[in-house]
Amino acid sequence: MKVVGKSVRKVDGIPLATGQPVFTLDVDLPGAAVGKVLRSPYAHAEIVRIDTKKAEELPGVLCILHHGNVPRTPYTTAGQGWPEPSPYDTFLFDKKVRFVGDRVAAVAAISEEIADEALRLIEVEYRELPAVLDPEEATAPGAPVIHDEEDARGIHDPQRNIAAAIDIRVGDIERGFSESDVVVETTCEFPYVQHVPLEPHCVVAYLDEEDRLVIRSATQVPFHVRRIVARALGLPLSRIRVVKPRIGGGFGTKQEIILEDVAAALALRVRRPVVMKYTRAEEFTSARTRHPMKVRVKLGAKKDGRIHAIEMDVLSNTGAYGTHSLTVLSNVGSKTLPLYNKAPHLWFHGKAVYTNLPVAGAYRGYGATQGYFALEVAIDELAEKLGMDPLELRLKNHIRAGESSPIFEKIGEGREGKAQVVKSCALAECIREGAKRIGWYEKRGKHLWDGPWVHGVGMAVAMQGSGITDIDMAAATVVMNEDGTFRLLVGATDLGTGSDTILAQIAAETLGVPVEAISVYSSDTDFTPFDTGAYASSTTYVSGGAVLRAAREVKRRILEVGAAILGDPPEDLDLAESYVVSKKTGKRVPLSEVGHRAMYVTDQKHIIATASFVAPESPPPFAAFFAEVAVDTETGIVRVVRFVGVADCGTPINPALAEGQLEGAIVQGIGHTLYEEMLISSRGGVRNPSLFDYRIPTAADVPEIEAVLIPTDEPTGPYGAKSIGEIGINGPAPAIANAIYDAVGVRLYRIPFTPERVLRALRTRS
Amino acid sequence: MKVYFELNGEQKYVEIKPGERLLDLLRRLGMKSVKEGCRTGECGSCTVLLDGRPVRSCLTFAAKAKGHRITTLEGLGSPEDLHPLQEAFLETGAIQCGFCTPGMILVAYHLLSHNPDPTPEEVREAISGNLCRCTGYAKIVDAVLLAAERKRKGDWR
Ligand code: FES
Ligand code: FES
Repeated sequence: MKVVGKSVRKVDGIPLATGQPVFTLDVDLPGAAVGKVLRSPYAHAEIVRIDTKKAEELPGVLCILHHGNVPRTPYTTAGQGWPEPSPYDTFLFDKKVRFVGDRVAAVAAISEEIADEALRLIEVEYRELPAVLDPEEATAPGAPVIHDEEDARGIHDPQRNIAAAIDIRVGDIERGFSESDVVVETTCEFPYVQHVPLEPHCVVAYLDEEDRLVIRSATQVPFHVRRIVARALGLPLSRIRVVKPRIGGGFGTKQEIILEDVAAALALRVRRPVVMKYTRAEEFTSARTRHPMKVRVKLGAKKDGRIHAIEMDVLSNTGAYGTHSLTVLSNVGSKTLPLYNKAPHLWFHGKAVYTNLPVAGAYRGYGATQGYFALEVAIDELAEKLGMDPLELRLKNHIRAGESSPIFEKIGEGREGKAQVVKSCALAECIREGAKRIGWYEKRGKHLWDGPWVHGVGMAVAMQGSGITDIDMAAATVVMNEDGTFRLLVGATDLGTGSDTILAQIAAETLGVPVEAISVYSSDTDFTPFDTGAYASSTTYVSGGAVLRAAREVKRRILEVGAAILGDPPEDLDLAESYVVSKKTGKRVPLSEVGHRAMYVTDQKHIIATASFVAPESPPPFAAFFAEVAVDTETGIVRVVRFVGVADCGTPINPALAEGQLEGAIVQGIGHTLYEEMLISSRGGVRNPSLFDYRIPTAADVPEIEAVLIPTDEPTGPYGAKSIGEIGINGPAPAIANAIYDAVGVRLYRIPFTPERVLRALRTRS
Repeated sequence: MKVYFELNGEQKYVEIKPGERLLDLLRRLGMKSVKEGCRTGECGSCTVLLDGRPVRSCLTFAAKAKGHRITTLEGLGSPEDLHPLQEAFLETGAIQCGFCTPGMILVAYHLLSHNPDPTPEEVREAISGNLCRCTGYAKIVDAVLLAAERKRKGDWR
């Protein structure tokens, strides 16, 4: 292969490296107004009265929106497929607020200062309601009902604050445990953590010269933004155009429609451009988080180490709204249980409950991360009880190519899944390679001391998916220019992940041209074909599949023209080095001649093709993670000395970009394992809404990350590719927890592993 | 108030608003490489060089530019004429979303101006006030080390 498998430079690299104005807020529109949102100070309250008179009288205030002057349509902020699996429990504005930071009103003004002043002048009288601040109490009899509105839809059990629930059984779980020789049970807790993209949510909304609404947004899901804004505002879809320029990171939080709807509503009212952005504090209080969870795992195994029964019981806190509640919950099981597919008895059950707390949503890993923390710690405990090396236990039980799991069929995306056989899997190689690199056999169980520091090593394994089977669809258009170059139009959404680049590589490979011959234009609902968007590790596999098909069709048409020129049948021709070449005779004609002839000379036509691709299955990438930690037994500080992640993502289309995904996800995972936690006050507010107080890893905090790729050839993927975007974040919490246990013999079940917690655990033990 | 200052080698004489932050002034003047990740000094994405030293423009009053030399990423190189640091960032894959990149490159430029042969630890230390959520920093450190090596060979400006 000429282009695929090469670490070519990012196609959007130069503008980014030179600071060109390519991000959402880098445009200056004349006459733009600034939009701001008034947020609830209460966790749960009814708005008894709202008086905007004083604010409206302030010179420079253009418009104020609140529940009294906007249409009331229930919708979900989750940018997912349709029909939407998340409940319709959100309104543009409501007369009730359900968490500290919920929307009360929005202002458009001619400047930021005036908008801020206007927010202060809005008078709101609240009637505070009892609040649910603990997910464990959400379903208790007599608990306050958070969604008592009559027009919400799709909530599992509103009276009991249950947004979503799941109960899946395979085999006979009771029998499974009674037939097991060894049983372990572990509960792990994941607190509130956040994506923290460096660029906060932001949007510019305006009416164009034809009075159509243009939304320029930092979003992962332009087509879902268009659909959801149309619903929320009661606009025809055709009147909306959504454009995603370069965006400053997403990680799932920009899969939510939490700003576009208000900005659009304001722009329609004031009829001038409206610019809106979240402050960093708002990112913490009013954007989205990972679903905090308590996951209990019970494992039963035979003496020889065969896992025989797995129970997984999940309590997920979705916060005040149910966005992604069912699908994240489903993924806790659907992305973890197939990994140990030999167990005949499975029970996966759980619920996602409403609380009057910050709203959870999609976050890289999407439930699998929480599931793997519990599962992989439990596996470590099981190995200990069996007297086995945890590495061997995993090798003995993990799924392999040619095998399946009943879970694939039982759990889908908010509905039933689809049976699938794993066609590529190098997990065993990943485990062995990682063990070698970390020095597993030399270091494990050795408790090497270095002053007050004790060293230990731990591991975890994981899988994810590549898109959502039968749901995720992408389309791509390939257009030939007469000079033998091409334009590639894709609805796919590059979040900085490099997807524009790898899609260009797939097209270039197919068309026998260098990457420079492909100009990519992506993520514009008016000018690019449909794509469900960047989430669920879908872009390489699903959007890549569409590009491959469109490029193949264009190739077919080029060869037809080439055949007419060369006088050879198309079957004898191929594309290479920007030529049509006869495989038989070696005769060739440059693509530029083909292009000119097709467009200007004989039998003229535009060589152009659009193709769609629906994920027929979701081939899992696999990975093994190894951590070496040092624990300071005097202070409780945990230092990650080395971290190795070895992944099978199929054929990496661009190895440097794939490694970058793995490295970035691992460090994000080290962040939640050691440092990150949103602290909640007794009144439900976020106590640490700043990057000083919510610490994400800096360059000085993190060790050398070794990210290694073991290529496989996934037959259903474009040029053998699977996915790599999410899997890396599943490893750090369990691998580090297990390494701490190896070092000092204490088990930690709640992240982050702060010095206080580690020290407390050490003290309790001794 | 009107102030004189030097922006990327050009003399400027501009009106600034009372209390205006340097971040807002620079963006107003078209320097969109200066990014706002927090506005409260927490993230480093608004970093610019003031007389060659990195400052957080969100915490700096625009008035402070008066009589000084300000460098933003636009002043280092352009698409037609990349600075060796920009070249190194592209080459090593140190750019994912690119939102932290302007600040990172400017901080690296400052580091290499007084330490042409930094260790990886020194690079990590130097960039530790600039957050990146995408890369995990590994490739950024590689990029700075690569640029340093080239600088020592004379590829610099
Ligand atoms: S914007 Fe200045 S430090 Fe974050
Ligand atoms: S590349 Fe996205 S924040 Fe650094």
